[in-house]
Amino acid sequence: MSADSFAENWPEIAVRALKANDVRLVAYVPDNVLAPLIRLVHDDPYFTVVCPAREEEAVGIVAGAYMAGTRGIVLMQTSGFATLPNVLASLLSPYRIPVPMMISERGAVGDFQLGQAMVCRTMRPVLTALGIPHFAIERRDDVEFVVGSMIGQAFATHEPAAMILSPLLTKKPVPTAAHAAAR
Amino acid sequence: MPDSELRSVSRASAKVMNRADLTRRLVARLEREEAVIGGIGNSNFDLWASGQRPQNFYMLGSMGLAIPIALGVAMAQPARRVFALEGDGSLLMELGALGTVAAQAPRNLAIVVWDNGMYQITGSQKTLTSSTVDLIGVARAAGLARSSWALDEAHFESLVEQALDGDGPWVIGARIDGEKPAGTTERDPAKIRLRFMQGLGVAA
Repeated sequence: MSADSFAENWPEIAVRALKANDVRLVAYVPDNVLAPLIRLVHDDPYFTVVCPAREEEAVGIVAGAYMAGTRGIVLMQTSGFATLPNVLASLLSPYRIPVPMMISERGAVGDFQLGQAMVCRTMRPVLTALGIPHFAIERRDDVEFVVGSMIGQAFATHEPAAMILSPLLTKKPVPTAAHAAAR
Repeated sequence: MPDSELRSVSRASAKVMNRADLTRRLVARLEREEAVIGGIGNSNFDLWASGQRPQNFYMLGSMGLAIPIALGVAMAQPARRVFALEGDGSLLMELGALGTVAAQAPRNLAIVVWDNGMYQITGSQKTLTSSTVDLIGVARAAGLARSSWALDEAHFESLVEQALDGDGPWVIGARIDGEKPAGTTERDPAKIRLRFMQGLGVAA
């Protein structure tokens, strides 16, 4: 971890981890929680960024790019992941194509849309049924280690990987200096 | 070929041809290790039957994703020409991909659409192209100006020739019959991926 990491929030750290692992292609379907990360990759010439119409399209693009020598990642939210079981089971897993996925977890806690909550409950059972490695990131301090480790593992083992961005990371208020002083 | 000539062929005036024959004609013109992504079912079966080039990718599942995969290959290797072979039913399932290709505008990508108006492999149920949908019209409306129906075999070959030399992205629509494919792809996905990557000069 670099000396200035406490000046960074999770999107800046995630960008650093992507660069450290030579991940140059980002395909995403928009999500409000991911918006700061999406802005960062759009503004950074290191990345080629594609915004297709569906998540499975994004997986196809990143899979094709991988086979042609460019590493990529797919960004999506939970409901987008719920559209993916077919492509995961019929393309990524049998062909052993390492496509890392970063999924912002909606519907876990404090979501007032019942549909989001119910879709969220399908994500881990699907990942488990398909045997796809997945790990939830809950703390800013863990972002660099988990993102770097999961991407490295995916490319070394030729398996997809799901990094789940927990609301504990993305939504829970960060304690301010005043809070810390009061304790 | 000027855009006016591309627009001159309507779906109704296009000859009904044969997928295996056209696939062989396409592959016979590939001399620079062009990549070819064969879509689910008969599209990749006929690609397999045309000769197992290392630069061919046979997509056994993931219906609708031949074009996105080809787009990824084209973006990663801009010096290589890339063809996606996709059926009408598959493209109908992933129409947004045409817009994504138009927005990215890869000059090295060509899409071939095999249109027989049916889900041939599942029992020849009709697709929407058998009623109202004109996929070349949809491609143009998505922003892919260099889209054309192939009038006949000779025109198909001339469109392929254009796609090999000129700036794309290209979309070539071919009306085809309901003949069975000329072969069946070997079902070993990991081997297909490894061979394809070696064919593209990528260390797997």
